[in-house]
Amino acid sequence: MSGLQTEGRGISGTLLEVTDLRTHFPTERGVVRAVDGVSFTLERGKTLGVVGESGSGKTVLSRSIMGLLSPRTTILTGSVKFAGEELLGRSAKQMRNVWGSEMAMIFQDPMTSLNPLMKIGKQITEPLKIHLDMPADEAKATAVRLMRDVRIPEPEKRLEQYPYELSGGMRQRVMIAIALACGPTMLFADEPTTALDVTVQAQILELIGEQQRDRNMSVILVTHDLGVVAGHTDEIAVMYGGRLVEKAPTTELFANMKMPYTEALLQSIPRLDQASHTRLTTIPGRPPDLVNPPKGCRFAPRCAYARDRCLEEEPTLTPAEGPGHVFACFYPVGSDEYHERKAELAQRSQTSGVAAGTGSEGGL
Amino acid sequence: MAGSGKAHLRDTDVLLRVEDLVMEFPVGRTGLKVNAVSGISFDIKRGETLGMVGESGCGKSTTGRSIMQLPRPTSGSVVFEGNDLTKLDDSAMRAARTRMQMIFQDPISSLNPRRKVRDIVMEPLTIWKRGDSASRGQLVDSVLEDVGIDPQRAAESQPHQFSGGQCQRISIARSLVLDPSLIICDEPVSALDVSVQAQVLNLLEDLKERYELTLLFIAHDLAVVKNISDRIAVMYLGKLCEISPAEDLYQRPAHPYTRVLLDSIPIPDPTVKVEYAPVEGEPPSPVLPPPGCRFHTRCQYADDQCRTQEPQLRDIGGGHFVACHHPLETPVTLTARS
Repeated sequence: MSGLQTEGRGISGTLLEVTDLRTHFPTERGVVRAVDGVSFTLERGKTLGVVGESGSGKTVLSRSIMGLLSPRTTILTGSVKFAGEELLGRSAKQMRNVWGSEMAMIFQDPMTSLNPLMKIGKQITEPLKIHLDMPADEAKATAVRLMRDVRIPEPEKRLEQYPYELSGGMRQRVMIAIALACGPTMLFADEPTTALDVTVQAQILELIGEQQRDRNMSVILVTHDLGVVAGHTDEIAVMYGGRLVEKAPTTELFANMKMPYTEALLQSIPRLDQASHTRLTTIPGRPPDLVNPPKGCRFAPRCAYARDRCLEEEPTLTPAEGPGHVFACFYPVGSDEYHERKAELAQRSQTSGVAAGTGSEGGL
Repeated sequence: MAGSGKAHLRDTDVLLRVEDLVMEFPVGRTGLKVNAVSGISFDIKRGETLGMVGESGCGKSTTGRSIMQLPRPTSGSVVFEGNDLTKLDDSAMRAARTRMQMIFQDPISSLNPRRKVRDIVMEPLTIWKRGDSASRGQLVDSVLEDVGIDPQRAAESQPHQFSGGQCQRISIARSLVLDPSLIICDEPVSALDVSVQAQVLNLLEDLKERYELTLLFIAHDLAVVKNISDRIAVMYLGKLCEISPAEDLYQRPAHPYTRVLLDSIPIPDPTVKVEYAPVEGEPPSPVLPPPGCRFHTRCQYADDQCRTQEPQLRDIGGGHFVACHHPLETPVTLTARS
C-alpha cells in the first residue's frame, strides 16, 4: 500500500486552520457539545486521519468545517480559516462558491448520498454546469474523463444508468468522481469505505490516495478504523468526547502513542498475527454523555490508568518529545505512574485468574 | 472456487452436516435465477466454531439462513442433531429451530422497538410454554445477567434506550433462553465500534463455554473471524474455496482468493508494507456465474483448465482443503505483517 503520503510536492503551506471550534446542538435534554474546543492545522497536499468511536464528534467536526450544518439547529463558535479566509459565519449562499470547487465531501453510504431518481451522468455534470458554467457537451466529456480517472469501466454506458444499477464499490467511485469534478483543494472522506467489502475498500483507499497525489489535495479521512488510517495518512488526530486528545504524524503516533485511549483503541482490534481465541482487550463502558460530560478528563471513567487527579482536573494538550506530537493526559503511556498501574493490573489479573482488560461493561 | 467435493467432511461428533446445499432464487419472470449457493458441503463438530468469510453476495448469509430453512433450500441436505431438516414438516421444523438460533448484523432493527427488552427475551419461552411464569422470569434474568444487561433496566426499557452493543447483547440473550446447541451469527459485530466489537467477541467466547454452544460465525472481516474460529471456510460466488483450521489458513492460504482477502486487510501499523497485488474488479453476477472455477475471471493464475473445469476440494494436509487447480505453495511469512 503506497498510502496518501506526499512529501513536499507542489504548493505547500497551511491550507486549513481550525481554532477552538465548538459545535453545540441545543436539544430538549440540554446542549449536546458534539465538538468542544478543537484546534488544528492542515498543510496543503497532506492527509489527516480523524479517528474515534461513534459519538466522538469526528463526523460533526468535518461537517462543521465544511459548513454543512443548519444554523437553525447549531451553535458554532471558534474559527475555521481556509486558505486564509474565515468560513465560520458565512451563509449557505456565500458557501456555495467554496463547496465543490474548493471543498468536497465523500460520505459513508454511497446509496443514500446519490439521488436515486437521477442518472449518474447528470449527477456528475451538475456541479460542472453550476460551479464552472460548463456547456453541456463539455460537461459530459469531462464526466467521462472523471469516470475513467476513478476507474469506472464503460463510462459512456454508466452515464445513462441509475445508482441502483451499480454495485456499492462503483457507487462510491461515482461519489468520488462527483467530489473531484470541480477540482477541490480539500477533500473530506467520512468513513468512505466502511460500507464496502475489504477488497473494494483497498481499491477505494488506493484511488483516493492516487487522486490526492495527482491533484495535490489536502484530505481529511474520518474513520473509526486505525488500520485504515495507518497506511493512508500523514498525520492522525484522535478524538474523544468532542475533544482532540492526541495528534501526531502517523509513524510517530504508532511508535509512541501517549494517550491510554489511543492505545486501548489499537489493542481492541483483533490482529491476524494473534492466535485464534486470543482474549481481546476491551474498553469498558461507553463514550461519555455529551450533554453532561464528566468533570476532569473525559476518558477517565473508562481508563484503566486514571487516578484521582484525572477525575477532577482536565488535562490540556501538551507537546510530547516527538515533533508535531501533542496529547492530553496526566499519566501518559510510558510514564512511571502508567507502568506502576500496569504492574498492579497484571498482578490482579493473575491472582483472580481473569484475563486483563476483560472489563465490565454491563449495566452502563 | 470454486469448487464442490466432500473430501473434507468428517464422521465423528458432528453436530451439523450440510451436503450439496443449493439455493436459487428466481429473477422476476425472466426465467433466470440467482445462484446464491451452488452446491456446498461442510460440517461443524459439537463445541466447534466455524468461521465463514467472503465478500458481499458470496452466499454466506444465504447459507446461514438455509440451514435454518428460512427459506428451505432448493436442494441438498442439512443434517442437524441427526435429523435431515430439509425433510421435516413445518411443525417438526419449528421444534427443531428451538435448538438452533440466529443473531443478526443490525442489533437495533432485529429487536421490536415497541416492546420492553425483558419481554423480548422472554417471548421464546412463552411461545414454547417452558416452565411457569416465575421460573421463566428467573431464567430470563439470569441470562440477561450473563450477557451483561441489568434485568431491572431491561424490564423498564425499550431497545432504543440501549446502545448498539447492548442491543447485540440483548439479541444474544434472546437466542440463548431456549438452550440451543447451535447459534448462527450473521455478521454480529460488523455494525459495532472496535471497542464494543471486542466486548461482544469476548462475550461470545465466554457464553460458548458456559452454554456449551457450537457456533457458525459469518463475517467479512478475516481478523475478527480468525479471533473467534477453530476452522474457517472461505466462500466465493456461491462456492467453497478453502476450508482449514484457523491458524493454518492464515499461515499458508492455498487459494489465490484467500490470499487476496488476507492482503486487503488494512494493518494498524504504518511501518508494515504489505506486498499488495489488488484484485481487479468485483465479483461477477451470480445470475450468470462463470464456468469452471468461479474465481477465474479475477485470478492472476487462471488458465484454460480453470476456465472450463470446476476444481474439487482436496486435502493438502493438516485438515486443510482447497478447491483450486493451482493452489499457492509459498507460505505467508506472518512476521511481515506483525
